[in-house]
This record gives sequence, C-alpha cells and structure tokens, in this order.
Amino acid sequence: MNADPRGVLTGSHFLDGDHAAAEGALAAGANFSAGYPITPSTEVVERLAGRFPFTGGTFIQMEDELAASIAIQGAVWGGSKALTVTSGPGFSLMMEHLGYGIMTETPFVLVDVQRGGPSTGLPTMPAQADMMQARWGSHGDYEIIALAPSSPQECFDLMIRAFNLSEKYRTPVLLMMDECVGHMLERVVIPSPDKIQIEPRRYTKKGPGEQYWPYSLEECNDGDLVPPLTKVGEGHFPHITGLTHDERGYPAMNAKSQAVLLGRLVDKIRKNADDIITIEEDGTDNADVVVVSYGITARVCQPAIAKARAEGRKVGFLRLVTVWPFPEKRIRELAGRVSAFVVPEMNLGQIVREVERCSQGRPKVRGVTHAGGAVHDPEEIYNAIREVMG
Amino acid sequence: MSESYEATVTDPVSAPMTCDSNPVEDWLRMDRMPHIWCPGCGIGTSVNCFTRAIEESSLDRKNIAIVSGIGCTGRVAGYLLLDSFHTTHGRALPFATGLKLASPKTKVVVYSGDGDLFAIGGNHFIHAARRNLDMTVLCVNNFNYGMTGGQVAPTTPEFAIASTTPYGSVERPFNLPYLAQSCGAVYVARWTVYHVKQLQRSIREALEKPGFTFIEMVAPCPTLFVRRNRLGDGLAALESYEENAVIKNGADTRECDLGMGGPIVCGKFVDIDRPSYLSNQVAHLRKVLGDRYVMPDAWQGVVE
Amino acid sequence: MVETKKSVAPKAPKGHVVVNTERCKGCGFCAQFCPTGVLAMSKGFNLKGYHPPIVADAAKCSGCDLCGMYCPDFAIYGVKNGRKPGGGDL
Repeated sequence: MNADPRGVLTGSHFLDGDHAAAEGALAAGANFSAGYPITPSTEVVERLAGRFPFTGGTFIQMEDELAASIAIQGAVWGGSKALTVTSGPGFSLMMEHLGYGIMTETPFVLVDVQRGGPSTGLPTMPAQADMMQARWGSHGDYEIIALAPSSPQECFDLMIRAFNLSEKYRTPVLLMMDECVGHMLERVVIPSPDKIQIEPRRYTKKGPGEQYWPYSLEECNDGDLVPPLTKVGEGHFPHITGLTHDERGYPAMNAKSQAVLLGRLVDKIRKNADDIITIEEDGTDNADVVVVSYGITARVCQPAIAKARAEGRKVGFLRLVTVWPFPEKRIRELAGRVSAFVVPEMNLGQIVREVERCSQGRPKVRGVTHAGGAVHDPEEIYNAIREVMG
Repeated sequence: MSESYEATVTDPVSAPMTCDSNPVEDWLRMDRMPHIWCPGCGIGTSVNCFTRAIEESSLDRKNIAIVSGIGCTGRVAGYLLLDSFHTTHGRALPFATGLKLASPKTKVVVYSGDGDLFAIGGNHFIHAARRNLDMTVLCVNNFNYGMTGGQVAPTTPEFAIASTTPYGSVERPFNLPYLAQSCGAVYVARWTVYHVKQLQRSIREALEKPGFTFIEMVAPCPTLFVRRNRLGDGLAALESYEENAVIKNGADTRECDLGMGGPIVCGKFVDIDRPSYLSNQVAHLRKVLGDRYVMPDAWQGVVE
Repeated sequence: MVETKKSVAPKAPKGHVVVNTERCKGCGFCAQFCPTGVLAMSKGFNLKGYHPPIVADAAKCSGCDLCGMYCPDFAIYGVKNGRKPGGGDL
C-alpha cells in the first residue's frame, strides 16, 4: 500500500533527526500521538502537534509518560496508528506499557532519543546506554524489535520501517535514536507518497456479531503467528487484558497458557528474524577485524576505520540498523573467520556483550566504551583496532 | 416454608415461567461466569445497575467501550460483553483518553476501584476531569485494596483498620465527590449499592451527559474491610448504608466526607455544562486555522 | 405460612422470581431487600455450600426485579407475569 499523501511532505529538507522522525511518522500514516515533554526528544511531538491539524491527526500532551504510553494504545484500539516519544527517564516510566503492548499485541512505535543516565543524567547530551533497557526493560520474557538510526534521513526512513514492522508483527517497535542524531541537522529527502510503502493494518474479516477472538490464529496461514486485529465499534466485543490470556483474550492463569502465549509472542519475532533484521556491511568479506557499531557511533567509527585501512589493515564494518532482534546468525558467521571484533558504543558495554555471546570465545572482542555526554574520539576507536590487530 | 431448596427450585412459583435467562446475562460474558467476587461483595450489584442503565439508555451496544484498571473492580471489564479493556494498574483513564480521541463515536466508560483510580491513578484522574473529555467514570469505593488483601487506600476512613494499618489509619481520606468537582467534572454523584434504583438512574444520566461524568459507588468489601473493622458481613454493610445514608441532591461536596459509622451523603451533587474537550478542540482549531484545519476522519459527523 | 398462602390464593401473583441456586453465594441481599417479603434464605445448601434464597411467599411477588438488581452473583431475577425479563412485551 502507498502512503496517504496527506502526511507526506515530499521534497528535500534541512531537518534535524527529531523533526525528520516526526515527518517519518506522518508519512507512515500515524494519526495519533500522546507525549510528555522531555529533552532531547520533545521536538518530535512539537512538530506533530503543529502538523497534525493539517493531516487529520490528533496530538495530546498527557500528564506523564505512563499516561502517554498507554493513551497511544487506547488510540490504537480505537483505530489509530500511534506513537509516543521520550528519553531516558521517560523511557523508564514507559516500560510498564511496553510490556502491556507486547502482551496485548498492540502495534505502536515508541521512540527513545537517548541521553546520558541513569536518573536525570545528562538531559541535553547523548548516550546509547538504553540499549539493554530496550531489550529487557519490561519485566517478563519477550522479544522486541528495535531500530537505531544514524542520521536524520534514517530517522525518517526507519520511522516508516518501525511502523511497518509494528503492523506486520502486531507488536510495539522501538526507535532507538540518540541526542546527536536527534539534534543533528542534515538534508532529508522525503519521497513522493507513491514511493513510500506502507504495511496496512491487518484487521479481521469477521463481520459484526461473528465470533472474533483477538488471539486466535484461525484467520492466519500456516506458520503465521500474528492474529488479525479489530478495533472498537465493530461489534466484535473483544476482551483485551495484560493478564496471561487464551485465544479468546480471557485471563487464563496457569503454566500451560503462559507457555503457549509467551511461546507465540517470542516465536513471532524469532522465526521472522531474517525479515526484521537489517544490517549494513562494508569490507567484511576479507576482513581481519570487524568494527560493529550503531547509531551516531557508527559514523564516528568511520575516520578510525579509514585511517586503519590506509595503513593496509583489513578492517570491516558492520552497522546494526536493527539492534533487536540481534543479528546472531551473521555475527556467528563472521566470528568463525575474523580475528577480532571491535565494538564502539556510547555506554559502558552493552551490545558488546551480545557480540561476545555470539562469538563464543573464538575471536577477540574489544569494546570501546564511552560514558556518554559526547561522542567518541575516533582516535580511541583507531587505537582499539590497532590493539586487537597486535 | 420449605426448608429444602430443591423443592423451591423445581417449583419456584405457581405462575408460568416466561423466560429462562436473567436479563443481565445478555450483557455478560457467560462463558466467564461464575465471577471471582466474594459472597456479599457489592461490585456485582453495581454491575446490575450499570447494565440496566445502558439497557434503558439510547446507547448502541456496539458503541460502548469499557475500560478498567487492576483490582477486584478492574475485573468488571472482563465480565461485560462489550468492547472491553483490562489495562494496567491505575491507567484506565489515560487508555480511555486515547480511545476516546481515536473513536469519538464510542461511549467510553471507565469502571474501576478507589485504589486504582485515586492512588496509583490519582494523577490521571485529576487531569482527565480537568480536560473534560467525554467519558463516564464509575468508581466502586470499598475503602481498601480488595484483590491484594485489604491494604489501606486513599479512601480508607480515618482510624479504620487495614492490613497495612493494623492499628488504624491516621491519614485523612479523599472525599471523592469534592475531588471530582474541584478538578472539573461536570456531573458528580454518590450512591451506595443499597440505592440500586437511584444508582441506575444516575448512571444513565452520567452516560448520556457530554463531558467528564463521575459516580462514586460505595460498596462493601465483606472479606476484608468490613470483616476487619467488625462491621459484620456484606448484608450488614448494606443495612448500615440504608441507615446512614442522607440523600441530599445538590449537597455541597465539601461536606461529603465519609467517616467510620458517620452519615453517607448520597445524591447528585454536580450537574453543570462546560464545553467538552472534543467540541472545544474542533471549535478552536476551526477558528484559528479556518479551512486549513483537517478534522480527523473518525471525528467527522460525531464532533461538532 | 399456611394461612398466608390461603389468604392470597385467589389472586394470581403479579410476578415471579427465578433463582439460579448454583450461582448463589448466599449473601442474603435479595431476601433482605425484597419490598414485599417474597424471599427467605434456605437452611439447605447448594453444591458450593451456600444457602440460596427460597420463595417463601410467591403470591406477594410483584415481579419488580429488585432482587435481580441487588444480586451480586446474577443468580436471581424477578419478572412481571406476562412480560419479558427486563420489562419488554412478550
């Protein structure tokens, strides 16, 4: 399906990542957002608040992030496409409803423009320290989809992809920006609506009064683990709960129901990992060392890689566009033939643990940490490359 | 009088049977019965008043959504055969806010308990009332947290016993009608579940009134609050409501505090008109943006 | 008891109640608040061990359904004779 032209601001723009993300949401067909101000993410909802009255959308500023992150889910069940946007402290509050969205299989996009933490931390300065919170922030077991843009253009592009994935897999999707990407101004090209592919919401084909169960796979093809949605007012009378439930949506609190439900919630992501995962690689084919990075740090790596290559070193580069689910398969393949991974990230070691896990002790894995507040000095990354190459 | 109930079951009355189903069953998910509520709990009684009120109202069943939080009253959503949402603890109101904004044709009813709406959800309540978004909030006030074992709530009367105030609570409880009125609710009433007819009428009025409407429904928690405070059982509690109720429509809500054994002022206290969020939004954006304003599709023909 | 029955026997009752005894949890609301005193609580038990209501004086039933409104367990309702439950025409 092509994008609804009402939301698409076709043209070449000079935008920061926050504004580009807002345009991405509009292009994806988002027509509802609830938010709560928090630096450095607020520009996203400010732009939506200004733009929605011209595109048939609604923005409401809620009383806190708890409210914002559940108001969007009410809106989704009311038939909207919805997002909310926050940063560190608000991201912590929203974990409650990330879990609710996963459990109830409510599609929406949650944007975290990362800043330094914990607690109030560094409101106006960058970090990439919420990456594990993105993976494990809600209590309970689940799989999550998280994308990490490296540029304002990608804030636009990946916002659309985030919405598409959320609809396809009927699940919340995280867009893990950082303060640098959010506040960096660059050229952003917004294509014409017919060039933007939108994953339409899959609604049940059942008519009013027909028995519809919100978690039944009756209308799915073999192997498809994503039940179709409904919305209010259709006469389906669904019951939606955050309790462990059966196909009917009714609370079913026992070990078997838990195993069946969580098994499907996890499998619908794991079994489609190849479809969900996007990575970018450069020079990994014959690399000796591969630098693995994401977000703004993936760009900060480039001078270091260029310098090492200029010295004749075989340095490959792998950028995680999809961070979760983690591209285990590819990292394992590379682990079998490279001598080391270098993992620069703006935290004290998060994604590096995943690389270590997938490496299973074969190549060396060297993190290049940074506590946040500024990007790495590329020289540190260069030094790490040199160090692992001996 | 027969002492064997079998005899009365097979032949309850001499008159001809005209039906074999309870009218409330039409509104219930019968595949979920029996419910979890204790003997003598007042929540089921409030549900009867609610279903009879919607039956009597002009509302189309398809266009009613019920949103609950967590707790004993939070289970109401799961038992009603409507579009029903059992949300997280305290967050029924913000969920309902998003739902209403996305689907204004839907009558959104928030049905939840005192702990859910006024402790963990207190902040959401004051803001929802302030916004005056069209929705009806039905609060079962049983003066404690039932589901988790009878802990002190923001409504527990001063000096009453709860599991976390074993020697009596020393906090001053909320006076819910006063709170709701202060925050901007356009309709505020309080009834006990003894007052079934008045409660039914009041729920209907609240459902049919635009804006943020609120009803406090005082109900017994016979297993915890009533038992711990040596007030007898559910029936004794209802008898005490009958005895202590002072019906005073239009009462000053500042004088509606509830204490142990004191009067229970009941009635319709507030019924005013104030532009609702949706109509205000549309009127204002039309004024400011003129023809450039694009109303959301779902609002067309619903919000004026 | 016998006397009461006799005194009202000539008149057909205006309504009747239907009890689902197995759904009853014996709270006693229906019997206590029946405005005409139709109901009493049985000394017998249902399968769950609760005392359900019994119709002590059927002739007095007006079919007002107040018992149905009070019943927190949806276990009883009253019907006006010749009317549908909830009040509609048959």
